[in-house]
Amino acid sequence: MTPSAFRLTLPILFGYLPLGMAFGVLFATQLDYPWWIAPLMGVLVYAGAGQILAVSLLAAHAGLLEVFIAMFVLNARHLFYGLSLLGQFRGAGWRKLYLIFGLTDETYSLLTSRQRTQSREQELHTDFRITALNQLYWVVGCAAGGFLGHSVTFNSTGIEFALIALFIVLTIEQFKALGETFPLWLGALAAAVAMAVLPAPNQLIGAIMIVSLVLLLQYRRHRDALARNRSGDTTHG
Amino acid sequence: MVENLFQNYYLSSFIAVTVLATFATRIIPFVFFERHTEHPLIKHLGRYLPAAVMALLAIVFLQRSATWSLPVIGLDALIPGALVVLVHFWRRNALLSIAAGTLPYMAIQQAGLF
Repeated sequence: MTPSAFRLTLPILFGYLPLGMAFGVLFATQLDYPWWIAPLMGVLVYAGAGQILAVSLLAAHAGLLEVFIAMFVLNARHLFYGLSLLGQFRGAGWRKLYLIFGLTDETYSLLTSRQRTQSREQELHTDFRITALNQLYWVVGCAAGGFLGHSVTFNSTGIEFALIALFIVLTIEQFKALGETFPLWLGALAAAVAMAVLPAPNQLIGAIMIVSLVLLLQYRRHRDALARNRSGDTTHG
Repeated sequence: MVENLFQNYYLSSFIAVTVLATFATRIIPFVFFERHTEHPLIKHLGRYLPAAVMALLAIVFLQRSATWSLPVIGLDALIPGALVVLVHFWRRNALLSIAAGTLPYMAIQQAGLF
């Protein structure tokens, strides 16, 4: 007996409603657009940190190329979620595109950690329901926040710190999952270098490139060391 | 009201670009890497890149949200940032941690405490 999709998604409900509302309030108070654009973005974009970053990009009237790069980079972690679900989504048919579209941090963590039965068809159906329910909570949160922010006036100066707080939380979560501090130091150092030598609009992409380069070099060194050890083993053994 | 969105060329193209970039990150592995899932380089990047990117985003945006002139020297953002870390290690509740940093930051900025 496996728990129903609804029961599995309850923690996400309690997380997505307030976080979606935070985005909606931010959207409606910081920008001069109609409030219902907030839930519309929840339907079309469906990315928490991405949508919150989008508010500051919209407010700054950022160039579209910069928007694309910023969004891609911020959401680049999704690349690695897909990599570990390639097999699981095989044979999902018409549902596959939506399962891929709805792959947020939280949905990923549910889909990869829940217990599974032998019935593949049944499990894909549950995956689909989990993904759809999570997005529903998110869109409802965005709508409620957008409407509240639009109709209730309050001083929202500084509310954009929610994005930084979210990044700090995600960094700690990554550290807890990984048990290593090396990538955190690498990221922090790359940020420091990029901020020291690059103008503000290019700092993010510059720091990402430094990080990727260091990881690539590190991978090559590991691989070469491994290859040397192996050839050493065969000559001595 | 729906016409607004279509009349506002910048907003509608902004949303289109945002949708495209976000969906690209989700579908690229399924399009290009279906055969290379087990490649050690992919695994190496998958292991370390997300954590490093999160850390650099936190640092870059924290620096931008702070006032670095005397006598503040960044404390207006560093103190709320430290609160997020402390509360998250204490309770590990994302929303609580976010509120624990955002509310003090708002109070500091609005009251001009520094």
